[in-house]
Amino acid sequence: MDGVVQLQKQLVDYTASLFHEGFLDEQFNQLQQLQDESNPDFVVEVVSLFFEDSERLLNELGKTLEQKTVDFKKVDAHVHQLKGSSSSIGAQRVQKLCIAFRNCCEELNTEGCLKCLQQVKHEYSLVKNKLETLFKLEQQTIAAGGSIPTL
Amino acid sequence: MLKSKNGMKDGLLNSVKAGPPALLELSSKITALVVDDNTLNQTIHHRLLDNLGIQNQVVGNGKEAVDVHCSGKNFDLILMDMDMPVMNGIEATRKLRTMGIRSLIAGVSARSTEKEKQEFIEAGLDDYQEKPLTTTKLASILHKVKKDG
Repeated sequence: MDGVVQLQKQLVDYTASLFHEGFLDEQFNQLQQLQDESNPDFVVEVVSLFFEDSERLLNELGKTLEQKTVDFKKVDAHVHQLKGSSSSIGAQRVQKLCIAFRNCCEELNTEGCLKCLQQVKHEYSLVKNKLETLFKLEQQTIAAGGSIPTL
Repeated sequence: MLKSKNGMKDGLLNSVKAGPPALLELSSKITALVVDDNTLNQTIHHRLLDNLGIQNQVVGNGKEAVDVHCSGKNFDLILMDMDMPVMNGIEATRKLRTMGIRSLIAGVSARSTEKEKQEFIEAGLDDYQEKPLTTTKLASILHKVKKDG
């Protein structure tokens, strides 16, 4: 029993830290509320979609910014998508960087855009890491017979 | 096992149920159209509506929303994103109103300027909510469908 309690505490603390450090915001809670017995993997599914979507977009962004003549409309469209997705799952830091990224697009600033892309890639890999760790902790907690506590 | 989550969900559904008749009962008769170009949002909005027993369809831009109506389909509620390729939410809302579509159209948009918000509302919206959509925001939209329905 102690083991489960420990795991649950670890899970609660870890989740709280993600909110505290600004990796996740309230929208992530909203996603968790949509999960239930009929859809027990909803959050993992949505977040997996987010990973796929983001990686595709980051790839496209890299290619588009490498072109001799940068199509800023295309760049902006991709960043807009990424901003929307990150906002929908509560990936706050990524979302905020996308806002700055769009400003660089408006200014037709290639160098600025490249810098923003680096920053977004970095934040994305951080939040991906954090979320994967979170899911692992949840799996361990459930496997040990515990439940996922809501914040 | 997921007791704590159920407790949360019941609380949420109770707030949705507030107001006679029980919104949940009525919502199972409501149909909805989700108009959004972002696949993640499509998934989340679809799930939000499914969760409340609302039959719903998803399309990827304003033109598809118009086309689906041209094919003869009608919905009680349309969740319309603003920023979309091919035909954006403002144009699509205008077009649907011109076609005589009386459905409740709720604009769902990421934070935009006051001017853009006004333009969107003036295109013919019945409600406007900022993205991301949540169960609570959806509940307030549904109350409007119930009132006018």
